[in-house]
Amino acid sequence: MDTIEIFGAKLEQELDGIPPGSIQPTTNYREIPDWSSMHALILIALAETEYNVALTGEDLRKCNTVQDIYDVIKSRKS
Amino acid sequence: MAHFNLRGAKVSGVAATVPKTIESNRDYELITDAERAMFVKTTGIEQRHVALHGETTGDLCVNSAEVLLRALNWSKDEIDLLIFVSQSPDHFLPATSIIVQDRLGLKKTTASFDINLGCSGYVYGLSVASSMMATGGFRKALLLVGDISTAALNRKDKSTWPLFGDCGTATAIEYNRDYESFFNLQSDGSGKDAIIIPHGGIRNPITPESLIEKEYEPGVTRHLRNLWLNGLDVFNFSVREAPPNVNELLQVMNKTVEDIDFLVMHQANFLMNETIRKKLKFPAEKVPYTLKQYGNTSSASIPLTLVDQFSKQPNPHNRLLLASFGVGLSWGSCYLETDNLVCPPVQLL
Repeated sequence: MDTIEIFGAKLEQELDGIPPGSIQPTTNYREIPDWSSMHALILIALAETEYNVALTGEDLRKCNTVQDIYDVIKSRKS
Repeated sequence: MAHFNLRGAKVSGVAATVPKTIESNRDYELITDAERAMFVKTTGIEQRHVALHGETTGDLCVNSAEVLLRALNWSKDEIDLLIFVSQSPDHFLPATSIIVQDRLGLKKTTASFDINLGCSGYVYGLSVASSMMATGGFRKALLLVGDISTAALNRKDKSTWPLFGDCGTATAIEYNRDYESFFNLQSDGSGKDAIIIPHGGIRNPITPESLIEKEYEPGVTRHLRNLWLNGLDVFNFSVREAPPNVNELLQVMNKTVEDIDFLVMHQANFLMNETIRKKLKFPAEKVPYTLKQYGNTSSASIPLTLVDQFSKQPNPHNRLLLASFGVGLSWGSCYLETDNLVCPPVQLL
């Protein structure tokens, strides 16, 4: 499993147009500029393709920070 | 397990018709430029062909059938089976297939019936048509598959309006014992609310309340006779269920990715389809798309993509894997081989 820093970097790359380093573990993902349901799909696709983990809409509703999301993926990975 | 194989059905040709009216997502006023760029990148959809009021799925399918019969040089008197697959029929009753039997001038000994399925409808329709052909009791069949999804959309709902396009297709199938096809069909009604038109059936008949619009979030205004789509649930379902279904079919047939020329998927959403493609380890060049120019055309998306792909090149022999998934929830896959598949170019009506 990637470290949270690598996970954040991959998420930045997938989201496009996000300045490098702007996604930190404490970042509230809903406050990422122009966050929309399309961004949520990208995040779910990243979890599927990179980690083979299914993230649901309910998971995202319960999460606030990038760390929260990373923890859900890591717990399912193990 | 709902996987099975059949011998006796040859798919000889496919035609598709779309309305001539184009809706460009570049002109859609409810999304900002930043949202638009993200939308096109994620869904892959730049424009859609949409039916005007009064244009029906039957109209599009009849045109496709006429074009295909001419291209194949088939006589209408030879057709003894007509199946129409759609969730947007011309009327609640009678079945659209029977109306189309008369419009096409087919003989009265033609067996005609409808199947009510959406995104998965082409694979299911092929399975039913192929099963009937395999009995040897039918010699030539038309499988008409299409939807006018936009009739149930609300332009003020940005979660659905930019996604869907309209299309009606025709597939010609003939009895031939040299051809074998394989199917794997599944369903899960516990996910019925993921894609639903809540009112308008017997469960919830239309009342004045059905047509009252409500804004559920900024840019998402709809009423209870509109199509409701939970995009995240559909995404989760599709990437969870489609790959194992396809892999199981490959395993049953003792085939691998190398044995397939093209994987043609229901055209739902580019990111979702790409996630499925990567999980299945199919190379990009074997997986055609039509999302950019036609959007999600529901049940018609697989035959439309076949036409788009094969009307531009000679098709001496193809080994095709078809994968469909969506409303129901319903999903399935199919393997078939074609020789000199006749595909007239996509028609505008």
